Amino acid sequence: MLRKIRIALAALCFVLITLLFLDFTGWAQAHFGFLAKIQFLPAFLALNVLVLLGLVLTTLLLGRVYCSVVCPLGVMQDVVNRLRCMAGKRARNRFSFSRSKTIVRCAVLVVFAVCMAAGLGWLASLIAPYSAYGRMVQTLAAPVYDWVNNIFADRAAATGSYVFYRHDTVTRLPLMIVVAAATFAVVFATAWIGGRAWCNTVCPVGTVLGFLSRYSFLAPVIDTDKCVGCSLCARRCKASCIDYKAHRIDYSKCVACMDCIDNCTHNAIKYTKRRSAGLHKRAVATDKSRRRFLSAGAMLVGAAAMKAADKTADGGLAKLENKIPPKRTRPVLPPGAVSIEHFTTHCTACQLCVTACPTQILRPSTSLSRLMKPESVYENGYCRPECTRCGDVCPAGAIHPLTVERKSSTQIGHAVWTANLCFPVAKGLRCGNCARHCPVGAISMVPYNRPDGRLVYVPAVDTERCIGCGACEYVCPSRPQSAIYVDGNEVQRMV
Amino acid sequence: MSDIQKNISDKQSGESRRRFLRKLGVGAWGFSGAGALLGACKRMDEKKEPAAEGAVPTGMMTMRRNRSTGDNVSLLGYGCMRWPTKTGNDGKDVIDQEMVNRLVDKAIEHGVNYFDTSPAYCQGRSEAATGIALSRHPRESYYIATKLSNFAPQTWGFKESVNMYRNSLKELKTDYIDYMLLHGIGMGGMDAFRARYIDNGLLDFLLKEREQGRIRNLGFSYHGDVEVFDHLLANHEKYRWDFVQIQLNYLDWEHAKETNPRNTDAIYLYGKLDSLGIQAVIMEPLLGGRLAKVPEHIVSRLKGRDPLRSVASWAFRFAGSHPGVLTVLSGMTCMEHLEDNLRTYCPLVPLTDDDNRFLYDTADLMMQHPAIPCNDCKYCMPCPWGIDIPGVLLHYNKMLNEDNIPQSRQDPKYSKARRAFLVGYNRAVEPVRQADHCIGCRICVQHCPQGIDIPAELARVDNYAEKLRRGSLPG
Repeated sequence: MLRKIRIALAALCFVLITLLFLDFTGWAQAHFGFLAKIQFLPAFLALNVLVLLGLVLTTLLLGRVYCSVVCPLGVMQDVVNRLRCMAGKRARNRFSFSRSKTIVRCAVLVVFAVCMAAGLGWLASLIAPYSAYGRMVQTLAAPVYDWVNNIFADRAAATGSYVFYRHDTVTRLPLMIVVAAATFAVVFATAWIGGRAWCNTVCPVGTVLGFLSRYSFLAPVIDTDKCVGCSLCARRCKASCIDYKAHRIDYSKCVACMDCIDNCTHNAIKYTKRRSAGLHKRAVATDKSRRRFLSAGAMLVGAAAMKAADKTADGGLAKLENKIPPKRTRPVLPPGAVSIEHFTTHCTACQLCVTACPTQILRPSTSLSRLMKPESVYENGYCRPECTRCGDVCPAGAIHPLTVERKSSTQIGHAVWTANLCFPVAKGLRCGNCARHCPVGAISMVPYNRPDGRLVYVPAVDTERCIGCGACEYVCPSRPQSAIYVDGNEVQRMV
Repeated sequence: MSDIQKNISDKQSGESRRRFLRKLGVGAWGFSGAGALLGACKRMDEKKEPAAEGAVPTGMMTMRRNRSTGDNVSLLGYGCMRWPTKTGNDGKDVIDQEMVNRLVDKAIEHGVNYFDTSPAYCQGRSEAATGIALSRHPRESYYIATKLSNFAPQTWGFKESVNMYRNSLKELKTDYIDYMLLHGIGMGGMDAFRARYIDNGLLDFLLKEREQGRIRNLGFSYHGDVEVFDHLLANHEKYRWDFVQIQLNYLDWEHAKETNPRNTDAIYLYGKLDSLGIQAVIMEPLLGGRLAKVPEHIVSRLKGRDPLRSVASWAFRFAGSHPGVLTVLSGMTCMEHLEDNLRTYCPLVPLTDDDNRFLYDTADLMMQHPAIPCNDCKYCMPCPWGIDIPGVLLHYNKMLNEDNIPQSRQDPKYSKARRAFLVGYNRAVEPVRQADHCIGCRICVQHCPQGIDIPAELARVDNYAEKLRRGSLPG
């Protein structure tokens, strides 16, 4: 029964989280966005105390149910494992108890924490479970989703319905595809061979929660009176955490999947209070590894404290040549990103905002310091004044949610005018399209004497009013380089 | 003031001007100048039920007799401005020649014998495609109409214009043109007209070509400044126009000026031609499809009067029922449109006075929510900045027809209409080609035969779309 409940909940979470990264209409994010926000690492980075407390208490109470139900990467491995098990009995019974590779686990966690703290967040995020999963879905599965959607959209267009509309995911960084494909290959392979091996060796969240779950109130417990030592539970335990000979379970590895409870033909395993079963004597010595573990945990807490300090300091049919992005001094980050520094240290590159952005102006960056993390580009759209989706969906606090009013007065950058590209100067044409479309009226047209003596009107940007939304850059007729473009702010501020 | 206008103003007493004009329109059948036409028409029993679907009758096409050359011309003429396209090997749109051949074969098989093209149509590819399709039939089995489309100032020279004419002969694989037109006189006013045809001696050249038989009929097509129209007709004795091509349909009959002060009501144009005994070739009988794609309540109205007839057929019957009309041009892109028109004209069931009154009232209703008068002729294209001008304007018209232009957020179907407008907009025109990219250079304006203030209309659509996107319509 417990197993079935676990499977049902896990399936639900898994499908909905996957949908978060596929649905470009914003519906899924609006209704189920909380599923991203209760992910451990994003909540940790966002300093979402309530969620963290909830996750810690849940783990202390029930064990690592998070890994079995909430974590999409964990559930994905269960799916892979299940596929493998369909091969037959031998595949199903392929597991055996293995001791926790505590040194490796702690080492990975330490490296992970160091990378996060040292501004190599993109490197660390490669193994962060939630964002790794997000990247896979957004990069590999979204094009398929688009393709299916477009079949419906074309059908709808043919019948005059407006229910579906076409969506073509913009060309991605090849690197994103490489990273996503590699992640998929590795996770798939480890799950195919070793079940939850990834979660119990590499995953930093698994390591942290494993530390907590060793003290969980409820856990699967082997009743020595009933156990006949048949080893069935151990052979089918995808976490390889049951030492059936010693009647012991390694709770740092157990993901509370409840499979063993259902598998035991003698009803010898129960999900119950550990104390009552008298099995809390721990053979695992409080040795060096434990100390190391604790120090790693302390480091993570330290990193979080650092973020907290940052947070208080923040201030705020002719042929169309494709536009090419200008050389910006600084990247343009979505409104609510606070500052380049804040954004870089918080973003896990999960791509949820990239999926959610209705104008598809958010793209993964190629810059090494912000690799795979989104930045705004205005060649094919701009940051719409009425939209606040990216901030609404960001689970890691990298993009703060803003109200529409606040968003349209948050300066994320400012427009820069390039005289020699501007039509009135370069061609003597009347234009002013940037001024007409500026949503905050920051551009006015001022007289300008061309070298040939003609008087033309050129845009003048009031940088104190400009919010950097990119409307001017988008509608500028100059191609491939816009004559007016946005340069990002180091720190976003209210205007 | 011209004669007909005088007539009108003289007789206005007691009756409203509009009602009078209507009577005049209805009565037009009665006072046909030469009266020779009807004899040449295959009249039919007016009680006969029209076939809305199914087989198209063969050998039933209504024919009109050309008063100057005696040509027996089919009342349905093929406009070659909207040939179907397909995506070629290089990813660009090319004319679907195979389909063009099939359309032409079908048309000829059912009695269509007038084909109207121009060096300007289909980005300059219409004459060649038309020539290929027609040359597969005996030359005497059809009439070719083409035009001297020297719109661009670089073609105003005598040599350049004559080259254009000779090239038409080559493309159409023929050594004579049955119907030759000065193209779009009135666009650019008298100045442009003089520069294109008078100062360079081109009109004299064309008159000479007619004398020598290489041009069998000479005429002109008119859009825009009515001064040029009047000027050419005032000199009818000198030029002896064989025919004149005008825009005529039940909306433009008396609402053309209302739509755009620069345009002229068809009732005036037709009346003037009729008084001079010049036969009219009709263009835009359907307003580029705008009289086929009409608002729902108009569809119900037309269908309610005769459920078996298509919406478009009313417009074609309106144009064809005028006895002074030689042929009615329709740019039929697909087989279904061709078949529908063949059903309308094989043979024509002329409108009754009552039918006409019904259509005038329909036009009044349509004018309550006027669509942008774009007929999708694409003369404005390409916009140098990549905007799909007809795409934007037609999308707006489509939304108007579908009642998806809410004026307030309180509108009960606001959210549905908003979605339809915005989804439909992106569907019709890719975002980088939408109205927000118009810089107002006005290059397009001079090319629009309908005299639409394109930048203003684009700005209007853009502002409206922007209000919908931001949800900032009045609450």
